[in-house]
Amino acid sequence: MRSRIRRSSRLVTGLAASTATLLALTGCAALGGEPDSNASKTVVVATHDSWNMPDDLIAQFEEQTGLTVRIQPQGDAGQLTNKLVLTKDDPIADMEYGVDNTFASRAVDNGVLQDADVDTPPSVDAHRLDGAGHDQLVPIDYSDVCVNVDDTWFAEHHRTPPRTLADLTRPAYRGLFVTPGASSSSPGMAFLLATIARYGDQWPSYWRKLMANETLVTSGWTDAYEVDFTGGGGKHGTRPIVLSYSSSPPFTIPEGATRPTTSALLDTCFRQVEYAGVLAGAANPAGARKFIEFMTQRRFQSALPDNMYVYPVLDSAEVPEDWSRWAPTAPDPYQVPADEVAANRSRWLTTWRDIVTG
Amino acid sequence: MTTVRVRFATLLLAAVPVAVVGVFFVYPVVGLVARGFWPDGAFAPTEVLDVLGRSRVHRVLWFTLWSAGLATLLAVVLGLPLAFVLHRLRFPGRGFLRALVLVPFVLPTVVVGVAFRQLTAPRGILGGLHLDGSAAAIVAALVFFNVSVVVRTVGAFWEALDPRAEQAAAALGASPRQVFGTVTLPALVPGIVSAASVVFLFCATAFGVVLTMGGLRYANIETEIYLLTTQELDLSGAAALSILQLVVITVLLVVASRVRRDPAPLQRAQSAARPPRLRDLPVLVAAGLVVAFLLLPMASMVLASLQQPVGWGLANYRALATPGDDNALLVPALVGLRNSLAIAVVATALSLGLGAVVAGLVSRRPRTATGRRVAGLFDGLFMLPLGVSAVTLGFGFLITLDHPPIDLRTSPLLIPVAQAMVALPLVVRIVAPVLRSVDPRQREAAASLGAGPLRVLLAVDLPVAWRPLLAAAGFAFAVSLGEFGATSFLARSDNPTLPVVIYRLISHPGALNLGMAMAASCLLAATTAAAILLVERLRIDSVGTF
Repeated sequence: MRSRIRRSSRLVTGLAASTATLLALTGCAALGGEPDSNASKTVVVATHDSWNMPDDLIAQFEEQTGLTVRIQPQGDAGQLTNKLVLTKDDPIADMEYGVDNTFASRAVDNGVLQDADVDTPPSVDAHRLDGAGHDQLVPIDYSDVCVNVDDTWFAEHHRTPPRTLADLTRPAYRGLFVTPGASSSSPGMAFLLATIARYGDQWPSYWRKLMANETLVTSGWTDAYEVDFTGGGGKHGTRPIVLSYSSSPPFTIPEGATRPTTSALLDTCFRQVEYAGVLAGAANPAGARKFIEFMTQRRFQSALPDNMYVYPVLDSAEVPEDWSRWAPTAPDPYQVPADEVAANRSRWLTTWRDIVTG
Repeated sequence: MTTVRVRFATLLLAAVPVAVVGVFFVYPVVGLVARGFWPDGAFAPTEVLDVLGRSRVHRVLWFTLWSAGLATLLAVVLGLPLAFVLHRLRFPGRGFLRALVLVPFVLPTVVVGVAFRQLTAPRGILGGLHLDGSAAAIVAALVFFNVSVVVRTVGAFWEALDPRAEQAAAALGASPRQVFGTVTLPALVPGIVSAASVVFLFCATAFGVVLTMGGLRYANIETEIYLLTTQELDLSGAAALSILQLVVITVLLVVASRVRRDPAPLQRAQSAARPPRLRDLPVLVAAGLVVAFLLLPMASMVLASLQQPVGWGLANYRALATPGDDNALLVPALVGLRNSLAIAVVATALSLGLGAVVAGLVSRRPRTATGRRVAGLFDGLFMLPLGVSAVTLGFGFLITLDHPPIDLRTSPLLIPVAQAMVALPLVVRIVAPVLRSVDPRQREAAASLGAGPLRVLLAVDLPVAWRPLLAAAGFAFAVSLGEFGATSFLARSDNPTLPVVIYRLISHPGALNLGMAMAASCLLAATTAAAILLVERLRIDSVGTF
């Protein structure tokens, strides 16, 4: 009897020890955050998953300023924005980078940001938003979401590729177009906005025609481009027209060749601009400002195309030769004001979903 | 005096996993759902109720139920012959095959989605079946991912089954089919129900598969929560759907525990694997077909990984040590693999430790009705993480774990903890059915002979549990290696896991990046298989110690 008691008390001791270990573990993790005294030495950047800037560039900034930069990807632009809104009372970072013009109003209207107070050259200012967002969001880069065509396919089939949004509904292009969906993909949303900018209130009827013309809607860009597009990575594609970016064609220059096999239709583009901003309630607003300033300078701007496949907003930044030859931007892209997007997004998506899912 | 001690020990034992699940699961989920009910600080339940009335929500619920139900049924039907062949027969290459069968479970859904679609797209090998974008393709992909759960869970159970009852039935003149129908199958029911409930939860909360394969035409509760939370910031809608998810899970768990209740205690023996005989041929053929079904998308993936811009070769594999085409990666894929392995070790240890405790507790048979009810609740609590949306959990982490003493939002420890939450129910489901079928009289006998609780554990439970525990360890390791949903929420850009790296590669244009993503997936598959093989090897070596 005695021994049984002793055994079970040993068990109890063991359990107590393991509980204590567990608590210590969580306690340690709690202490793992930056102590307050270091807050002014660290800049925490909440960004999207596409963040891909080289370490040595960041190291240069850290050397110059004595600050430490911590990058924290938070999903795509939509997830990033929504996380910022949900945590605005206790922000997850000092600044954000990646909120784009389709989500900007949600961030601004919810009071997520404070004035950035960063002076920028006129070429950067040209991309600023109107209204409250003007001083809160600093433009960093942009990309044009455009319909791309597989020129090789059209040459082989002796057919003329389309040029405009209207062309996509013509019988000549029946069953040839694939696009990621607006509800699950940010280029997909950009394409919906392009059609809204082009057709105004009549856009649902355009989309009905598009669907009647056997357009394929996939969930994401990867699927559309790599599986269904004839010019993409997979060899099983059957559709020579795809929604992608104006910067996609240089990636299709075959080994040993000099020109791409695909091209972007510059009359079908929607321009996505990405912004950086200082979060309201940031622990280190001064450090955040410094980093945003750095992001708008030539060195950072010139590194954008190669690393993140976007165009720099600064006109004096360098752009790779492939890009200036094969990836021109749209001269006159479609645009929808950010506040209009914010006001109508849900309604548009519901209508769109009903048309596309039938 | 002693019973008080034992009861106290039991309570304390139960408190550890309850605290962990409470902090890392219940609290964040409740926090986010509460935001939906209190949108601007004021209680507004009507908005949530309104959402439940939307006809789209009804469609989504119905699709979730039937697609998950059908996929579960198919996974069980396809998994049983394979479980038999891999766990009751002994033949060369069995360990390799066991590992191979587990691989689909860890493959990133994005990659499998692309691999599946390359097969089913109009110009693919299976293009003639017109599966592309259909509900059938979604169900097929769900089955592909989950057959291994059935094989593993039922297999571990089947392996520990004493073959003498079957032999006796056969000796008394029962045909093999009668033996299976009247002896084997009834004995397997608890294991099958365990596996089926886990598979159903996986299918009902499948996300990447439904998005990729369904081409937006189909939506389940999970994809709908994702869209509402991440795109539309409609928290009332997301809360309504999360509650719907919880209701579905609860119903499922109640039904499952009814079916599972009090299986007859089994006599157990050493592993009863035997070489295949001629009369096993139909089962072997069936198992072979299932393996072929599992191999087809994997083969398509391997082919894609060997495809170079010009011709075939290993260029994509060599590129894994580099940052990719036009610096698609910050961190080479090999570093991602190293991160994955380190995290997996911690996550496996956590889930195995907690899982063993939970399995041990839920397999006891309380004498009072209240005791049984409490044990049932306890059991169900640890299944919940499987059935609740990773998006809900991820956003919940953000808004709840942000105050001291638990400010964990940026802690690297959060990744293994989150993965352990996902693996924990699997560990419990693999280990508990086996422990539950131990005759309680064995424990009572041991106790009456003077053995303390720990001694009973070592002398009665462990000899039965070590096989399923090892199986669970392999599974937990695999789960951790392949986990993407929660990890992508928590991983930092400088310490991505391999699935996160693969996702990045596949979402950047460039032929080399797609090839590298495929190569990295093959690497992930190979690593998983190697880990499982290692565990299998440990199992064989340790046979002599018992």
